[in-house]
Amino acid sequence: MVRIGVLALQGAFREHLTVLGSLGVETRKVTRAEHLTDLDAVVLPGGESTAMVRIADGTDLFPQLRRRIDEGLPVFGTCAGLILLADHLSDDSLGGYGRLGGLDITVARNAYGRQRESFTAPLTVSGLDESFDGTFIRAPQILDIGSDVEVLASHNGQPVLVRQGHVWGGSFHPELGGDARLHAQFLHHLGAAVQRLSHDSSASADAQRRIRIRR
Amino acid sequence: MTETQTLLNTGLAQMLKGGVIMDVVNEEQARIAEAAGASAVMALERVPADIRAQGGVARMSDPDLIDSIVSAVSIPVMAKARIGHFVEAQILETLGVDYIDESEVLSPADYVNHIDKSVFQVPFVCGATNLGEALRRITEGASMIRSKGEAGTGDVSEAMRHLRTINSEIRALTAKSEDELYVAAKEIAAPYHLVKQVASLGRLPVVTFVAGGIATPADAAMMMQLGADGVFVGSGIFKSGNPEARAKAIVEATTHFDDPAAVAAASRGLGDAMVGINVADVPAPHRLAERGW
Repeated sequence: MVRIGVLALQGAFREHLTVLGSLGVETRKVTRAEHLTDLDAVVLPGGESTAMVRIADGTDLFPQLRRRIDEGLPVFGTCAGLILLADHLSDDSLGGYGRLGGLDITVARNAYGRQRESFTAPLTVSGLDESFDGTFIRAPQILDIGSDVEVLASHNGQPVLVRQGHVWGGSFHPELGGDARLHAQFLHHLGAAVQRLSHDSSASADAQRRIRIRR
Repeated sequence: MTETQTLLNTGLAQMLKGGVIMDVVNEEQARIAEAAGASAVMALERVPADIRAQGGVARMSDPDLIDSIVSAVSIPVMAKARIGHFVEAQILETLGVDYIDESEVLSPADYVNHIDKSVFQVPFVCGATNLGEALRRITEGASMIRSKGEAGTGDVSEAMRHLRTINSEIRALTAKSEDELYVAAKEIAAPYHLVKQVASLGRLPVVTFVAGGIATPADAAMMMQLGADGVFVGSGIFKSGNPEARAKAIVEATTHFDDPAAVAAASRGLGDAMVGINVADVPAPHRLAERGW
C-alpha cells in the first residue's frame, strides 16, 4: 500500500491526513527524521512557515527530507509548504533557518495580504476537467519561476500551482473545502492505486459538512 | 456570513493549529515570540497578570501599539476587544489585525450582549467555559473557540476544568438519540442545529484552543493530550525568568506533546516560571472566566 507522510510540526496537517485517508492511502504524521522511513511521498501542509522552520531548527528532519527529495521522493507543498520548497524567497524573514528547496521559484510570503485580503477563486487546473476552488489565506505569491517549472494553474496571470518533476507546490489550500481531486492527481502521478476518487467519498463529505458551520 | 467568508475565517484558525499564540506588549516581545516559533501573537497593552495586579478598566490597546506589532512580525496578529464593544472591534478590523479576541480579560462593555461577529469580515475567537457558551459564541459568528481558564494566574486548573467540561459535554451529546437533542439544546441554551452538528462530529465545528494559566511546557503538552488544537500563553512567558527559552520550550512541547522525553527535554533549564496565584485564592468578583454570558 502507498504510504504518504504529512509534515506535522504545526498547521493544517490533520486536513491533509483526512483527504489522503479518503483516497485510500496509508498516512503517517512526520515530526522527526525517523518518520521518513519507507514513505512513498510527503505532503507539506499550510500553517506558519516561521513556526515550522524554527521547530525543525537544530534537528535532522529537514536535512534528511531534503536529501530524500533530491533522491526523487515526490513532495507536495501547500501555502507554508510551498514556502519551504521554494529555492528563493523575496525577503529574509526566514533568514538563517534551514528550509527544503527543490522548486526553482521565487516566493513572497503573505504577498496576497493580511487576513482581510484572503479570498477564494475558481482555478483552471491542468489535468482537471472542472475548475477547482482555491482557498487563499494570507497566501504566498509565486513571483518568478525557472525554466524547468511547469505551471499547472494561475490566478490573475500569476502561477498558483506549479510542478518541477516530482516536486509540487501550491499557494492555496487544497486541503480545505472538501475537494480531493488535487490530492488524487498528485497520487496518480505517483502511480498510486487510488481506491476511490474525490467528491463522493465519505471523508470528503465529512470535510464538506465541517465547513458548513452555520447557514 | 457567506459560506466563503466562513471558510476563510475558520481556515486561518486551521493554519494556527498545533501552535502557540503568545501575548506580547511591544515589538521586542513580538519578535521574541516569532523567533521562538509562535503561530501568532496577541497584541495588548498589559498581560493579564498585570491587568489583575493593577486593576482599573482594561480596554482595547492603542492603535499605535497594534500597528507597531503588526509591522514587527510576519506571523498573524490578534488583538482584544472588550466583550460587547463592537466599535473596538470595528477599529481593530480597520487596523488590519488578522483575528479579534472578544475577551473576558478586558473589562466587559456589555453585560447582556456579545458582539454580533457575523457582520465582520475579520474572524473572531471567543472564550468559553462550557459547551453552551462555546456554541452561543459560534452562533454569533466566532470562527474559533478557546477555553477560558483563569487568565493571569499561571494556575492551569481552570483551563483544565473548562476543557474537560467542554469535552465531556460533547461526549454526552454524542450518546444521545436524535429526539433527545432538542431538550439537550434547550438545557445548554444553544441552537439546535449546532447541537446536532456537535453530536454528529463529536467535537466543536471550529478549531478549539486552550487559554488561561498555561505556564510550562508540561501544561501545554497536557492540554494537547486532552485534545486541544493549540494553546494561548498570556502572562506565562513574559512574566517568567527567561522568556526566550520558555517561549521556545512551550512551542517544542506543543508540537511533540505526545513524546514525554521531548517534553522533559524542553522543560530543562528554563529558569523561574511565573510566580502566579492559585485560582482558589482569587476572590470570586475578580475571576475573569465568569465574564461572558
